[in-house]
Amino acid sequence: MTGIWVAVLVTAAGCYALKLTGLVVPRTVLGNPRVRRFAELVPIALLAALVAVQTFGAGQSLAIDPARLAGLGAAVAALLLRAPFLVVVVVAAGTAAVLRALGVA
Amino acid sequence: MTDTDDRPAERARARPVRDGMALGFAVGVSGVAFGAAAVGSGMNVAQACVLSLLAFTGASQFALAGAVAGGGGLIGGVAGAILLGSRNALYGLRMADLLPRRGVRRLLAAQGVIDETTAVTLAQPDAAAARLGFLATFVTIYLTWNLTTLLGAFGAGRLGSPQSLGIDVVGPAAFLALIWPRLRAGRTERAVGLAGAAIALATTPFLPTGVPVILAATAALAGALISPQPGSPQPGSVQPEVP
Repeated sequence: MTGIWVAVLVTAAGCYALKLTGLVVPRTVLGNPRVRRFAELVPIALLAALVAVQTFGAGQSLAIDPARLAGLGAAVAALLLRAPFLVVVVVAAGTAAVLRALGVA
Repeated sequence: MTDTDDRPAERARARPVRDGMALGFAVGVSGVAFGAAAVGSGMNVAQACVLSLLAFTGASQFALAGAVAGGGGLIGGVAGAILLGSRNALYGLRMADLLPRRGVRRLLAAQGVIDETTAVTLAQPDAAAARLGFLATFVTIYLTWNLTTLLGAFGAGRLGSPQSLGIDVVGPAAFLALIWPRLRAGRTERAVGLAGAAIALATTPFLPTGVPVILAATAALAGALISPQPGSPQPGSVQPEVP
């Protein structure tokens, strides 16, 4: 049990230190246009990757969950119709929930 | 953070707060799943809660719970969990201009640099809205995640499946909605997003969970090297305030 406590606290300290690292990088480093451009593009790459993995991932393998896929499809449709953020999220979750409740996906 | 902001546009303030709170709450309830997984893995309730309070980054927490469940290999488990936290450092690079620059407020804000807050913050039209969005998302998700971790650790996860409510779709749909304006804004942004998604999917079968998403940062690196200058000013992009 002590081992687990140490693991919990070291993980917490490491995770916090990483969060702080990005904030304390000297601003002069970000003066470099390439570094600044990288910092701008990183959230797009990582969040797009999260969308893909959370949609198609099942642990360490890929899988198609029809209800989830339909939910994402509904989100894309809502975005193309310029729906506001909350509508997009509710439509996506609602589509998946309804399909599952009906047992069709 | 910007309570003293006296812009007349009430609505401009309401939106980041409303969106941030909604996402924070919807994603935060996944704390139930973490609490249940942690206790199922062999952690006790206090350990599960301390991890949510102090580490406060879902992917790393699930990774550590997985390592504990696997028995042994705690050092590797800790290393893996911390590695997964490195994407927050990358987010911080971009967020630093928008968050408090020094002192205790910077130390507190750092704890909130995660996927959800970054997505909401960077989707706002200006720096003031970005700060409001950050604060609303951070506070809501911090409270929800920690409260539901406690509930999950005490067995609330048995009450019902979040999947039946479509909660598993909230994260991806929200992230997609929040980066959507950027994907539409420029060719490089679109290419980087698609490449990031492709890299993560292609490597998922071969790498430990979470690592493929970090690897997607190479798409941003390539984008920055190939197209170092952003195009014309993009609608919806946050222009950092230069003092």
